[in-house]
Amino acid sequence: MENLVPEVLQGSIRAMAKLITLVENEDSRSLEFLGAIYPHTGKAHVLGITGSPGTGKSTLTDKITAVLRQRNQTVGIIAVDPSSPFTGGALLGDRIRMQRAFGDPDVFIRSMATRGNLGGLARSTTDVIKIMDAFGKDWIIVETVGVGQDEVDIVKAADTTVVVLAPGLGDTIQSMKAGVMEIADLYVINKADRSGADALVTEVRIRVEQDAQIKARPWQTPVLKTVAVEDQGTESLVEAVDHHRKFLEESGKLKKVRWEKTRQETLSLLKEEISRNVLEKILGNGRFDDLIDDIIANRKDPYTSVKEIVETLFSDE
Amino acid sequence: MTAKKRIKVIMAKPGLDGHDRGAKLLARVFAEAGMEVVYTGLRQTPEMIVEAALQEDADVVGLSSLSGVHNYFFPRVVELLKEKGLDNVLVVGGGIIPDEDVPGLKDAGVAAIFGPGTRTEDIVKFVEENIPNT
Ligand code: B12
Ligand SMILES: Nc1nc2c(ncn2[C@@H]2O[C@H](COP(=O)(O)OP(=O)(O)OP(=O)(O)O)[C@@H](O)[C@H]2O)c(=O)[nH]1
Ligand SMILES: [Mg+2]
Repeated sequence: MENLVPEVLQGSIRAMAKLITLVENEDSRSLEFLGAIYPHTGKAHVLGITGSPGTGKSTLTDKITAVLRQRNQTVGIIAVDPSSPFTGGALLGDRIRMQRAFGDPDVFIRSMATRGNLGGLARSTTDVIKIMDAFGKDWIIVETVGVGQDEVDIVKAADTTVVVLAPGLGDTIQSMKAGVMEIADLYVINKADRSGADALVTEVRIRVEQDAQIKARPWQTPVLKTVAVEDQGTESLVEAVDHHRKFLEESGKLKKVRWEKTRQETLSLLKEEISRNVLEKILGNGRFDDLIDDIIANRKDPYTSVKEIVETLFSDE
Repeated sequence: MTAKKRIKVIMAKPGLDGHDRGAKLLARVFAEAGMEVVYTGLRQTPEMIVEAALQEDADVVGLSSLSGVHNYFFPRVVELLKEKGLDNVLVVGGGIIPDEDVPGLKDAGVAAIFGPGTRTEDIVKFVEENIPNT
């Protein structure tokens, strides 16, 4: 396989699509390719769209994209849906609601299955963001799986996180107390054409006020209403995202957040690399399976054994 | 190729045909066989289908037609795939397709046609055995 990176940087859609597949598959060459991609990243604004199943995330993504396209901004979309824990297969249906974005050469949509990852994204979603960023997309919109409470990986991936709620889906604060209600830079109450929308708006506004009373925050989370299917409120939504982006830049928070993200990412790469190398060494000679036999037979215990393994490992060197 | 590779399928309904039971069924069948299936929904032009295949780096494009438009749409999809350099994508079709149309569709590059009553296991088996190794 040829090196896809130069082609991606030159704007080849085919090369980008193939590179994303390699990264999703954790192909042995993907780290090398991502290394070459990295210097070209950091320009795009990453917008996360999260919320319960069926609240209108895909429909909103499509309309937001339309607003950005009117401004001549290029857009990459990553739409994540769950893989079945039983078969490993996945039905990726977000594209159905993204018909408008479809057919525009400056919009690239990629559906991703979670492949067992639990935080609302696929393991490789952050890497796919980098690929689209290096390709030159001005905006990258990431739609998470329909989340419950604690699938909050999106905050680690996005610069601005939009939490979408809708009336009539049991989306009350009570049902969303943990996790998801703590990550919003912006709340959107979608399906405002339905009854119960105003009550939900009030409920969320009260929550935001409480948040401010509990702890002073430099950013006050706006609560917006939209009717995505009728394209109502999407302009204002994009303007609110602009405000947040400006806030991030002017307050210096963007720099801080990106520093922290880079630290996290590098640390987890390091952990993976260490465990891969070390485990290869430990599992390579078959003695590990003998140890398991010993543990089962009560000749040894796992706690002491693990310490011993690590000690011998370092005394070797 | 790595162990983590999964077969990626685009399931599409070309044209204005509103019969989507077969396409939805097949999307589930492929997903339950462990594949990752992008269902693009109704009323797709060949251009839209091929663009989805390009962006998603699909291995398979599945076309479902029950309204008699297959002779135009299926070959057109194959042709556009070739134009985009996606020669390796396996194109399969199904729905209400008269026997006499099948040879022509195969000549045009559709790998196989499956009509009503086909056992879904056979469809899965065909796809698994015929996807190109990349
Ligand atoms: C249910 C049905 C409807 C439903 C559709 C509901 C829906 N959302 O799908 C309704 C009532 C809405 C409907 C409407 C119409 N229908 Co109708 N309908 C049928 C009927 C009875 C069954 C189709 C069906 O769902 N089968 C079940 C599914 C699971 O089977 P399947 O799609 O064939 O899929 C199997 C295989 O074909 C294959 N397969 C299918 N797709 C794919 C794709 C791939 C990639 C692969 C590998 C395999 C594969 O695998 C499946 C499993 O074996 C058929 C008659 C029939 N026996 O087929 C007529 C039929 C398809 N309808 C017909 C007609 C004419 C119409 C109308 C125009 C009627 C009218 N005058 O209003 C409208 C048009 C609607 C529209 N907008 O397009 C005709 C089409 C004639 C033609 N092709 O020349 C048929 C054949 C009836 C007839 N004998 O006249 N219809
Ligand atoms: N009444 C109403 N329906 C809407 C609105 N926005 C979206 N919908 C509908 O709600 C359903 C779900 O919309 P999607 O955009 O697929 O929602 P989603 O959050 O992406 O769903 P998942 O990805 O499955 O979690 C669709 O039938 C939409 O047409 C809205 O503003 N009002
Ligand atoms: Mg969706």
